Amino acid sequence: MSTVTWITARGLFGRRRFLMLLPLPAVLVALAVLCTSLGVDPREWGPPVLVGLGLAVVLPVVALVVGTGVLGAEIDDGTVVHVLTKPLPRWQIVLPKLAVATGVSAVTVAVPIVVAGVLADSVRLGVALAAASALGALAYSALFLALSLVTRRPVLLGLVYVLIWEGLLGRFVSGTRVLSVQQWVITLADRLAPTDLLTAAVSVPVAAVLTTLVAVGLTILAIDRLRSFSVAGETS
Amino acid sequence: MTTLSAEAPAPAVTTSTLALTGVSRWYGNVVAVNDVSMRLGPGVTGLLGPNGAGKTTLLHMMAGFLAPSRGTVTLDGEPTWRNPPVYRRLGLVSEREAVHTFLTAYEFVLASAKLHRLPDPAAAARRAIALVELEDAQDRRIGTYSKGMRQRARVAAALVHDPQVLLLDEPFNGMDPRQRLHMMTLLHSLGDAGRTILFSSHILEEVEQVSGTVQVMVAGRLAASGDFRTIRRLMTNRPHVFTVRSTDDRALAVALMAEPSVTGVELDRTGLTVKAGDYGAFTRALPKIALAHGVRVRQLLPEDESLESVFSYLLEG
Repeated sequence: MSTVTWITARGLFGRRRFLMLLPLPAVLVALAVLCTSLGVDPREWGPPVLVGLGLAVVLPVVALVVGTGVLGAEIDDGTVVHVLTKPLPRWQIVLPKLAVATGVSAVTVAVPIVVAGVLADSVRLGVALAAASALGALAYSALFLALSLVTRRPVLLGLVYVLIWEGLLGRFVSGTRVLSVQQWVITLADRLAPTDLLTAAVSVPVAAVLTTLVAVGLTILAIDRLRSFSVAGETS
Repeated sequence: MTTLSAEAPAPAVTTSTLALTGVSRWYGNVVAVNDVSMRLGPGVTGLLGPNGAGKTTLLHMMAGFLAPSRGTVTLDGEPTWRNPPVYRRLGLVSEREAVHTFLTAYEFVLASAKLHRLPDPAAAARRAIALVELEDAQDRRIGTYSKGMRQRARVAAALVHDPQVLLLDEPFNGMDPRQRLHMMTLLHSLGDAGRTILFSSHILEEVEQVSGTVQVMVAGRLAASGDFRTIRRLMTNRPHVFTVRSTDDRALAVALMAEPSVTGVELDRTGLTVKAGDYGAFTRALPKIALAHGVRVRQLLPEDESLESVFSYLLEG
């Protein structure tokens, strides 16, 4: 494990905000278990729980907390300077951080979504949801990591994207769905395990290409911005 | 402006030169650093100036954490901005007290050594921790440290790769006198060993005790640079202004005009305003003069003794 990975992971799990990750996945599992035990038809509870809560809330919020935590938190408290005063090419800082963010988010979301997917339909759906979520976690992490470097308020802007763009506009303005990580994840999961519970709004090639473009493009942007990282000016 | 004359100690390591040429930095309409040029060679240099003079901005540009709006900052001819390889030769201890509180000092310094890809990171970490005398606390989490101890942990991390140039922003802040002395000794020995050490401070005495060479910044400009004693003399020889109140201001004014250290006396309703060329001579002479003329001095107030005014005087000079 690289030293950057190690420090990033220690920093992520060492901060209290990490505890914010636990309730949402727990709610997802609890709802799925509750609906199943009450004998509710999966066709009724499946879409709101799997998509409405799992893919539209749990995945982006977990990715937001983690993605802004791996670099944004270090920029906030100034510890990033310790990593930056090293003769490391900047990609060797960004890529391990992206890997930690994607890995932690993917695992945190995979556990509840697999449980919910299995209860709703089949093991295949559970695994498909987890795999598509992992790809979504990569896109989201690249986005939130890049946001940490282009703005001082990455959490706020991230929330605006998730809540306004994906949540609100995605529901009423169909065109915005093309640029929605959430929709790509739904499309990819539906392709891996076709089911009535998921409704794809974009085509598979579009979802695949855009996920790749976002992940790669924003990572390159983050690396370039980290090269020009400026410490905030203190002109009193 | 006096010229810089750094005393060169016997170089034990390869030495490095940090050069600033016509460096300016502005934020919108605010000019933080204005056309600063300097060359820093081996030895300890103090960067002195009041708060808000642009010291931190200048240090950040030196350390590659800020692009100069104009001019160049180079370390041995290479720019420090957007050039991570310079950190092989450069160490920075920033003013902000930012440490990974969840790590122990040893883990923290070891991580730095590993990030530098040193051949024996464990040995380098132990050496750096010994250098700042933090061995006893090295296995405790930094979160439990005092401010001075955190500072030393940061210095150890910045020194772990034995850089030729070390930049420290207000390193004595929050240190107790013993830690301060230890840090001063450490900086001295690093400077004597041929390393280029620059530290900033807004406290005259700190700079006086640590460095022979000083760069004075006022309002973003380099106001003076060179030997500390020369600058100190400039500072003490400037005219001092005092407000004096006594039982008989007019009689005292007449008597004071005969005193050689007094360069001017002004009399108004509230009292006397006395200009003196020599601070010490005037304050010693005043009681004697008053006594000889049977005048009782009720109040003696030195005016305008803030560091800012001292620096501004240097700027005018």
